Amino acid sequence: MAWRSATGSMPESALRLEAASHVFHPGTPSEQRALDAVDLELGRGTLTVVLGTNGSGKSSLLGAIAGSLPLASGRVYLDGHDVTPWSEQRRAHLIGRVFQNPFTGTASGLSVAENLTLAARRGRQRRLRPALGADRRRVIGEHVARLGMGLEDRLDTPIDVLSGGQRQALTVLMATMVRPTLLLLDEHTAALDPRSAELVVRLTREVIAAGGLTTLMVTHSLSQAVQLGDRVLVMHRGRLVHDITGGRRQRLVEDDLLQLFDQLRWADRLDDSAAQMLRRAYV
Amino acid sequence: MNLLIGAATIGFILAPLALGVFLSYRIYQTIDLTADGSFGVGAAAAAALLVRGMPPLAATALGTLAGVAAGAITGMLHTKFLVGALLAGVLTSTALYSVNLFIMGSGSISLGSAASLVTLAELLGRRLFGLPASLTVLGTTVSGASLASLVLMALLSGALAWGLALLLGTDLGLAMRAAGNNPQMAKAVGIDVDRMVVLGLGLSNGLIALAGSLFAQYQGFANIQMGIGAVVTGVATLMVGESMLGNRPLGRWIAGAVVGAVVFRLLVAVAVRAGLNPNALKLVTALFVLAVLLLPALMRRTRRGLAERDRIHA
Repeated sequence: MAWRSATGSMPESALRLEAASHVFHPGTPSEQRALDAVDLELGRGTLTVVLGTNGSGKSSLLGAIAGSLPLASGRVYLDGHDVTPWSEQRRAHLIGRVFQNPFTGTASGLSVAENLTLAARRGRQRRLRPALGADRRRVIGEHVARLGMGLEDRLDTPIDVLSGGQRQALTVLMATMVRPTLLLLDEHTAALDPRSAELVVRLTREVIAAGGLTTLMVTHSLSQAVQLGDRVLVMHRGRLVHDITGGRRQRLVEDDLLQLFDQLRWADRLDDSAAQMLRRAYV
Repeated sequence: MNLLIGAATIGFILAPLALGVFLSYRIYQTIDLTADGSFGVGAAAAAALLVRGMPPLAATALGTLAGVAAGAITGMLHTKFLVGALLAGVLTSTALYSVNLFIMGSGSISLGSAASLVTLAELLGRRLFGLPASLTVLGTTVSGASLASLVLMALLSGALAWGLALLLGTDLGLAMRAAGNNPQMAKAVGIDVDRMVVLGLGLSNGLIALAGSLFAQYQGFANIQMGIGAVVTGVATLMVGESMLGNRPLGRWIAGAVVGAVVFRLLVAVAVRAGLNPNALKLVTALFVLAVLLLPALMRRTRRGLAERDRIHA
């Protein structure tokens, strides 16, 4: 494993996937390659945006990295560790996650402060120490105050009375309270109204910049893809079909992406008609 | 008066049952049917050990541990072997039926003159506070022993409720609550959800087994039928508590479980006194739980029906 340097120095990349594959319903007619030998390396402190049609494998990619989707073959490295056999909760020591649904990232039966203190212990032992001592409350209050939503005065409010936007903003905070090696954002503004989405995007940019975080962000929004990030990946049928970086990324505009998607759809149609022709001829 | 003291004592004895069901039903949002078996195993183990001369505290502790083991087994079946929560509980409690028969050696055991927590309480009351054998309270004669049991059980259930509230406010307790409330979120913050489920069900059934062993010591015998309906009784007492004290904040919710258990038993005593056939008790309890579960939906429907009528007639 040459990549994992023998001298023990910091590996270059935060995340590395080697030929990661996952197949849904293998060996049946509905077999689908969710991930088809995906190779991917994310440099430290970079923000990468993943685009793709529905069913292209974006979610599977995040699942494979986070550990909720077991790989059929291939390996996952985080921070130089081979985490392929690690469970989801063990990988969470290195990964911060924000989900599409604002209700997924927070525990609805718990208060604002309780949710945050849970996140503040990510990757640490949980023992019989009071979860919300005065010191911890103060630190949490300071964190929450940064949102500018006035939530620092509502720390004991049950989190389920907050709006989706407020909960998602808190989830972004929770994912980054303990500095993650990798931040995974799974269409985390898709379920929000435009104003909340804008607010959450701004907050996300701030925390990423403040922490110099390595981030992988899945989105449906072409404008987000163009505005954010250093690199744009396009997925299709379980593969990374475009990797736009450097000068090309600088010059990228939304129309370029629309064109890319048109091409993919065109290729799909060709495939379908070709398949039909074959079926007519031979079946 | 004697009736009320007896009912209140049984209420406090059933408080750990309510706390155990609170953990599984409210914190983990599962109906854990292990409860019927673990209530029985607590009673059976404590009784069998007491008649063999084991000190009451040790016998009660071992009865409780038997419940912890039962709950942990259900938790493992559910998390490691992916058996559904309901089936896992039924499997454990069914197996426990035989285990309880083996422990007791027959369908029932009488404690006879064996020392128990109840006799211990009476002894302590006499030695420390000069409690007489009988005394007059509000014009009725009450035995010192029954007062001593009442005080002991009240202190015990109060301490358990307080301890549970403290536990659920620690890092570990919060992890348990998150695991029960939102497993996806819990995993994302690095909590081992499976471990928390095993831990939580173990704790829950330990409390329930404790209630069983206290109950056996209070009534002076254990039998194989004691645990039947423990889950439903626990849910019913919990609902009484919730209707009186609500469910926020958490400490109030937990206190409600204890208060609910006592009030529930007082209601039962009054109902039986008023002529309710004791054989109908479980039927009535089940109907009560059903009514509480259905009431909100029925009320919504009625309200909608009325609104509809108003709209048509407007």
